[in-house]
Amino acid sequence: MTVTAPSTTRADASGDPYLVVEDLTVRFPTEDGLITAVQGLSYSVQKGRTLGIVGESGSGKSVSSMAVLGLHDPKSARITGSIKVDGQEVVGLPESKMRKIRGRQVSMIFQDALAALHPFYKVGGQLAEAYQVHHPSASKREARRKAIEMLDRVGIPQPDRRVDDFPHQFSGGMRQRAMIAMGLINDPSLIIADEPTTALDVTVQAQILDLLQDLQREFDSAIIMITHDLGVIAEMADDILVMYGGRGVEYGTAKNVLMRPQMPYTWGLLSSVPDVTGDTDAPLIPIPGNPPSLLSPPPGCAFHPRCTHKDKVEGGAVLDGPARAGAG
Amino acid sequence: MYAYILKRLISGAVVLLLVSFSVFALFWYGPSEPARAMCDTKTSNRCTPERLAVFTEELGYDNNIFAEYGRYVGGIFVGRDITISSVTVQCDAPCFGLSYSTGKPVWNDMKKRLPATVSVAVGGAFLYLLIGVPMGVAAARRRGSLADKALVSSFLVISSIPYYLFALLAYLYVAVYWQVPWLGEPGYTPITQNPVAWFGGLALAWLCLGVFGCTQYTRYSRGSMVEALSEDYIRTAKAKGLPTRTVVYKHALRAALVPIVTIFGIDFGTLLAGTIFTEKIFDINGIGLWTLTAIRAMDLPIVSATAIFSASVLILSNLAVDIVYSALDPRVRLS
Repeated sequence: MTVTAPSTTRADASGDPYLVVEDLTVRFPTEDGLITAVQGLSYSVQKGRTLGIVGESGSGKSVSSMAVLGLHDPKSARITGSIKVDGQEVVGLPESKMRKIRGRQVSMIFQDALAALHPFYKVGGQLAEAYQVHHPSASKREARRKAIEMLDRVGIPQPDRRVDDFPHQFSGGMRQRAMIAMGLINDPSLIIADEPTTALDVTVQAQILDLLQDLQREFDSAIIMITHDLGVIAEMADDILVMYGGRGVEYGTAKNVLMRPQMPYTWGLLSSVPDVTGDTDAPLIPIPGNPPSLLSPPPGCAFHPRCTHKDKVEGGAVLDGPARAGAG
Repeated sequence: MYAYILKRLISGAVVLLLVSFSVFALFWYGPSEPARAMCDTKTSNRCTPERLAVFTEELGYDNNIFAEYGRYVGGIFVGRDITISSVTVQCDAPCFGLSYSTGKPVWNDMKKRLPATVSVAVGGAFLYLLIGVPMGVAAARRRGSLADKALVSSFLVISSIPYYLFALLAYLYVAVYWQVPWLGEPGYTPITQNPVAWFGGLALAWLCLGVFGCTQYTRYSRGSMVEALSEDYIRTAKAKGLPTRTVVYKHALRAALVPIVTIFGIDFGTLLAGTIFTEKIFDINGIGLWTLTAIRAMDLPIVSATAIFSASVLILSNLAVDIVYSALDPRVRLS
């Protein structure tokens, strides 16, 4: 089950990947048994590139990226495999060292900024706090100036005034911008954006995505974009990882995954999205059935009970491990 | 905000008028002759119907209830002279009338009892919070662990003991049986008179209230903290790289305090209105015991004075809760 980086990525490679995830497995013991939320996942991201992780709810997208930041409670999560950030292994890294990476080398932009920002503290204070924790020598005034600068950078009007607002005084789009400003305040090399535009309307969504791309060019950071929105992925991603039932089922360059998907699940995903440029009357084809149980996943390929092509696989032997789009 | 406080105070005053008038009317129209208590006192329990009629007239129970109530309220603000059995007593503001059992102005007694009740309430409440909240926070951070389960279940046992039994046993063992030296004889000594005796006399009462009350506060703050720790903004705080201490105490605890403050406001108000068991067991002459005795003696002036007092305390503590609430949560606007 070893997965190599997509061949095309290698061709573009401008250096070693910043993040390398290898054979990552995340399990949660529960009263009903062991839940395997992520199994045998491998991928890598380079600076200046965007990896899109797609999958339905419960496919392990968020769980796997939270593992990169070490945000799982060690008492309730069992993590095996390897996650290397800039060459440093973070699986099993002590909390005190992990803290230096969080927000500094790797930062996370969460969905639903209203819930993800503390309602009781001023936006500027929350930004300044993120800066000060990694710049202990910075004065309060410097941190505040940095916060204003970042708010300005993400396009918040009158940042020197809005810095003293509370999150609830911001509009939804502004809150998400503030969230991004907080994620970027320490110039991280890797940004994990967990559905950053889900709660926003389409025009704001487009602005936020443009902003992320501009900032990526400016800071030359790597981005992991987690989403279930294939439109967002098509616009943003250089590479795509499709997840299903806790596994990476397809991994390749955006062009190959979207144009020549190898895995029936990816076909299913693509044909369940309306195509506005084509025949708008064409019926959408939903994927039948329900997502697999993570407690007792089906044997072999977790997708096979829902797969319309399973009969074509000889002897019912099903694919185990990710398909590589365009690899052949 | 000041306009809001003013508005709340005005509505509080209306509530106080309603409360005091209700108590007044309860005695007025109640099944017992309201003047009988005074008549019994003055005649050494040889109250004849003729004498009762005299007292009824002297106390004004033959007048219009609204006129009498007006005089009563007026007395609270400016004081008045009250004549009973051709003896005139000068009752200064705030005049809540003369006690039917002692014939003295109610406020004189109340003034002596208030510091005792306030001492008990403040010390007890201080211990509630001092023990309860940190324990709840600690349990929440280790939820599901053996220590958490042991704490929660042992506190469940303590809080299922009736309070009077708990306090009585504490009194018996600590004060009588073990005679713990640094605890003085339970009772109330004014702090101005002897601070050491004040502390020693009240310490056991505080401990009882504190230990018993903190079981609830541990439960509240544990639950509230568990909820706060699962919020998205806590995950954000961790993802920023903040130390655990900052995440727990700056980000989670502030949010967790909101419901605790609400409950505490009500509890503290109730404590100030008098703690009958605590006062009785630890021999403290406070408001609670006084109210109880007055109700049994049908001593209207004391009953209405204590009713007005506890209502005011509850109104003020609710207002304080709202102010603290708005200070904690910027989304709450007082208007």
